[in-house]
Amino acid sequence: MVTINYAQREIHCKIVYYGPGLCGKTTNLKFIYDKTSPKVKGRMISLATEAERTLFFDFLPLSLGEIKGFRTRFHLYTVPGQVFYAASRKLILKNVDGVVFVADSQVQRMEANQESLDDLKRNLREENLDIDSIPMVIQYNKRDLPNAAPTAEMSSLLNPWRRPEFLATATTGYGVFDTLKEISKLVLQNIRKGAR
Amino acid sequence: MTATLVLYDDEFRRITQVCDRLVREANARIVYVIDKNGQLLASGGDADRVDSTSLASLVAGEMAATGGLARLIGENDFSVLFHEGVKENLHISLVGGRVILVVLFDKRSSLGLVRLRVKKCAEELVQIIDVLLQRSQMPGATAQFAEITDDDIDNLFPE
Repeated sequence: MVTINYAQREIHCKIVYYGPGLCGKTTNLKFIYDKTSPKVKGRMISLATEAERTLFFDFLPLSLGEIKGFRTRFHLYTVPGQVFYAASRKLILKNVDGVVFVADSQVQRMEANQESLDDLKRNLREENLDIDSIPMVIQYNKRDLPNAAPTAEMSSLLNPWRRPEFLATATTGYGVFDTLKEISKLVLQNIRKGAR
Repeated sequence: MTATLVLYDDEFRRITQVCDRLVREANARIVYVIDKNGQLLASGGDADRVDSTSLASLVAGEMAATGGLARLIGENDFSVLFHEGVKENLHISLVGGRVILVVLFDKRSSLGLVRLRVKKCAEELVQIIDVLLQRSQMPGATAQFAEITDDDIDNLFPE
């Protein structure tokens, strides 16, 4: 849910990075955190297990600049990707304004990608949100690995809506900011579309 | 479009007044009002001492997880959480099912006093939040954002 604060001249939006376990959601946020100036970012919070697997969520607040005199603030969240954290994923998806679906490009992870996408659809539906209309970007991560599936194949499997899609290697940062820029734009365009 | 919450000067001032009064009456250090989505709406007391953005996000996550727990055992929600520290404590309560009231207090106050004062302020907050929600739905609430141009958006991302 977008919050518009006239008193403090701020717009707040929530973006959730979704995808199967170990697809690189947290790595996306870490790269953004490492490469943005301290003026733009807040503290990054990771609620993770001892083995650095996301337990509940990661959180990174970003302040991107002004639009119409309002400071735009994006709150980036990741969900825990492991299948058994279904209840937590549902909670984090509440009131989401934009989704980045991070797919793992490795051939043997295609089923996990598909399952995670189905899980996303189900959870959005329960929140009365429609995957056909919510701002969404698809990222095909881990393109540097030798067993990466062809992009066209991934696209036909995971992106029937023809949403904007990006190739990425989150460990090096390739594609990370392109993905973030696109989802931010889509969320802001959605605010414009819904203005009344 | 997903739902929009609009916070105007009037409601912001009224919520801030409630926070300031609660700080005084409960002898608290800081009071925050946070929406369930994790956005800080207003605060009172020595709020700059704590990273309020992080606090708001964690409290909202915690409240969401607690709600999940409640539903597992057949309750609608657990409306109050209390965290006891060595020096400072947190009293967290869900108000009107929509916003979260957080009170940070130390040994100058007590759990009993905080609970009593929170109860009183919560009634007032519910009324303000009701107005806020109604105004958020009114035509014109987000009208000025219809004029956002593609250039405005592109300018946020200098190459």
